[in-house]
Amino acid sequence: MNLRSAGIELDGILNAQKTAIAGALNLLENRRPAEEGLAAELIEALTRHARPDRHVIGITGPPGAGKSTLISRLVREYRSAGRRVGVLTVDPSSPRSGGALLGDRARIDYDPGDPGLFIRSMAAGPHLGGLAWRTRHCLSLFEAAYDRILIETTGVGQSETEIEKVADTVVYVVQPGSGDSLQFMKAGIMEIPHVLVVNKADRKNLALKSYHELQALAGVGRRRQDGWTPELMLVSALEGWGQEALVAALERHLSLFSTGHLENLRRAHRVQWVYLLFAERFGSHGVERLGGEHRILERLAQADVTNPFRALQDLAGDIVGT
Amino acid sequence: MKEIEPPAKDPPWLMRTYSGYASAAESNRLYRANLAKGQTGLSIAFDLPTQTGYDSDHILARGEVGKLGVPMRTREDMEALFDQIPVERMNTSMTINAPTAWVLALYLSLARQQGADLSQLRGTTQNDILKEYLSRGTYIFPPKASIRLAGEVIRYAFHHLPKWNPINICSYHLQESGAEPVQEVAFTLANAVCVLDAVRAAGDIPAQDFPQVVGRMAFFLNAGIRFIEEMCKVRVFSRMWDRICRERYGVSDPGLRRFRYGVQVNSLGLTERQPENNIARIIYEFLGVVLSKSARARSVQLPAWNEALGLPRKWDQQWSLRIQQILAHETDLLEYEDIFEGSAVIGRKEKLLEDAAQAELERILEMGGAVEALENGYLKRCLVESNARRIREIETGRRVVVGVNRFEEGEPSPLTAGLDASFLTVDDAVENEQIAILRAFRSRRDAGRVAGALDHLHRTLSSGGELMAASIACAEAGVTTGEWSDALRSVYGEYRAPTGVGGVAASDGAGEDMRAVIQRVRQVSDRLGRNLKLLIGKPGLDGHSNGAEQIAVKARDAGMEVVYEGIRLTPEQIAESALQEGVHVVGLSILSGSHLKLVPEVIRGLEERGLKTLPVVLGGIIPESDLTKMPQASIKRVFAPRDYHLNRIMHEIVDVVAAANGIDLSAVTP
Repeated sequence: MNLRSAGIELDGILNAQKTAIAGALNLLENRRPAEEGLAAELIEALTRHARPDRHVIGITGPPGAGKSTLISRLVREYRSAGRRVGVLTVDPSSPRSGGALLGDRARIDYDPGDPGLFIRSMAAGPHLGGLAWRTRHCLSLFEAAYDRILIETTGVGQSETEIEKVADTVVYVVQPGSGDSLQFMKAGIMEIPHVLVVNKADRKNLALKSYHELQALAGVGRRRQDGWTPELMLVSALEGWGQEALVAALERHLSLFSTGHLENLRRAHRVQWVYLLFAERFGSHGVERLGGEHRILERLAQADVTNPFRALQDLAGDIVGT
Repeated sequence: MKEIEPPAKDPPWLMRTYSGYASAAESNRLYRANLAKGQTGLSIAFDLPTQTGYDSDHILARGEVGKLGVPMRTREDMEALFDQIPVERMNTSMTINAPTAWVLALYLSLARQQGADLSQLRGTTQNDILKEYLSRGTYIFPPKASIRLAGEVIRYAFHHLPKWNPINICSYHLQESGAEPVQEVAFTLANAVCVLDAVRAAGDIPAQDFPQVVGRMAFFLNAGIRFIEEMCKVRVFSRMWDRICRERYGVSDPGLRRFRYGVQVNSLGLTERQPENNIARIIYEFLGVVLSKSARARSVQLPAWNEALGLPRKWDQQWSLRIQQILAHETDLLEYEDIFEGSAVIGRKEKLLEDAAQAELERILEMGGAVEALENGYLKRCLVESNARRIREIETGRRVVVGVNRFEEGEPSPLTAGLDASFLTVDDAVENEQIAILRAFRSRRDAGRVAGALDHLHRTLSSGGELMAASIACAEAGVTTGEWSDALRSVYGEYRAPTGVGGVAASDGAGEDMRAVIQRVRQVSDRLGRNLKLLIGKPGLDGHSNGAEQIAVKARDAGMEVVYEGIRLTPEQIAESALQEGVHVVGLSILSGSHLKLVPEVIRGLEERGLKTLPVVLGGIIPESDLTKMPQASIKRVFAPRDYHLNRIMHEIVDVVAAANGIDLSAVTP
């Protein structure tokens, strides 16, 4: 079966037609081995058509910080600037039943008739790290269809490390008075994100207190190796102020990337993806056979990973060969 | 022989029936009939469009006009509602919340027109917004703006309507959403504190007058079937309120610290099966709020025995009124002081309740108060959890419901024979008539005067001036409910409340049957290649979301991925979410009776998006005869409130998805 006969319309996807996008997402999320070939074929096609001036933005932070409400505001800003927006939200799954309540959509205020906006909720499943197994697959679809892609992580805290390996820019959202989430940053467990947002800044005194605490963090306001100086800002997504400044900061971060640098970053993300695909398929045993995670990552760093599934096949060939 | 002097009696409570439907003129006829039968106050129900600030011709009002109450759009509607009823001699209770300031403005413009002395007006505006976010669903604006609006009404009443109860803080709906007595007390008092703190902070009422404001606070309670505990609950309410008034607001006059409350007894526990049993339930619940003199309700309205089946008739309402009259006038209840005084048993029970309620109240206040605990989802999550517990108890038989999960066999009831046909139904033509009346009014009024009044309202809102005065001017100028609400929306914005389902802990004691459900969900998911994904939608203005929430939590515990976006969605929003989320089945919950309009629209939306074969299941009160009037090919199941076995519903959803995808699960049927 090929893509067309499976009802997947590449043209429709590239034009962000919602029925085409929805159908493709259903395929990419499918875990039946029988669908894998089709999914790989689709991703191969999509990586050739990634929109050149896209921007992948990760929104992370503890539960209750107002990530979804903030996304609501960002969506509105981007849509009024004429950008197509895709949103992927990830919610945790119950370890007992595997079920999940996908509640982020309820907090995002959107117009169902808007042709340039698509929101998909995903359950994390057993996957740790703040994303779902298939977030990367779905992202590759959104990168071919949307200009601005917002990924909201599960928000379970410390373990939210994966978003750095997926997004071009990471926004960390806190609410006033939530001191403990900052400990991770202070302790260096978490890297300082590109942009730190104190949301719910309508609670003025508490918000200012958190703002000053964050300002004192080592990395804030100090230029990093890549030339970016992490920014800190106050936003009230509820009352609707501060989001313009956030958008401006995001655009600044995007424009700071020299083309080569952004390509390198995205390449590194694809390397990670190929590694995860490999580990998913061959397990820790397979990883050992190829000399461990570090070795594999090193190898992939030299390999052509433009098409992750092709790169995976090359690795897999080695396993079979050994 | 000389007649024995009858013993001295306390005056009885105020007896009300909650009513209003179809149109102002129709409701007026009903009120006059009830007043003639000895009813001593009016309790007005408004339709959902009015309660959510929409005119009858707004897109969201479709199917809802006149359904659950009277449509109130203009001063002419108010005039028609009170035709030949002098407001100065009435005690009028209005169930209105988000647009309270507006509806009160309409009432006051009528009162002026009738030449009434405003300082003599008696009545109550519910004006309690927090419970709308938590259970009833007719909120419009964000919480802080809403609290400010409630405060405007309270302050206006303080200055101009000394006998009016400007707010009625409700625990009623919290119980209907599953609140246990401790939660009912704590949440309700936290709510009252939040409102009073806001009024005090506004600063325009002199400190020495503030006790008067506190003294006008009134409450609206529920009374459940565990009537001894309910009575204790009310006594605890009184004591804690007294303490709050003294300590927090420095009220020294005991009269101003009195816990004044009205009651509607519990509807949640009324059953659809063997509905005649509900008369017994109503009577026992009623006892809980009148037996103890020191904590006796000041007004009581009883539901009708057949409320779980449809909109009650006049005769059904009369029966509920007679129950009250018999207790008040035939029995000796009102001849005694408090009959529980000195009871150690009652004292111990009260102590338990009070300690727990005080601790819970302090937890909420520490969080920053009721608005904070609402916005962070805490309050709603507690309610969804309690309700899940309650349903599980019924399911497992730990909580007995006679005729439902115990003593189920019964004789056919002669009372229900032919009931279906005799229910009060609102003719669909009502909507068109009401729209015509509204449009005629709009074309008749002085457009310049309307624009001027609205302009003044806008300026008042942005300058923080007298909202009530500006609203009364709008009412007199001929502004409509939708126009007034839109003006406020443009300033305050709109709000979507937390759904409360996200943080609910997984159910304990999963049980054998639950494991079987999880197993079957996994099997069908494996065959689909993705986890079974369910969209739960609540189209229309109906805010009663308990059923939808319980299904959402249960489906999550059964292993499904659940998308639930809360209340008040358009059919287009639901269809669009179904597409974007790639769900396998859509569940629609509608309790307002507007399914005939809304369900076909959702299904049409699905078809337009290439989802013609997507299965749909319905939940709500949907008469058999209506099913034939809806697109039957898409509707795979209909669940009624009587289907309290949630596990069974989960199994059926699995069946529906399996069938729609050609999956054969017969080998693993439990």
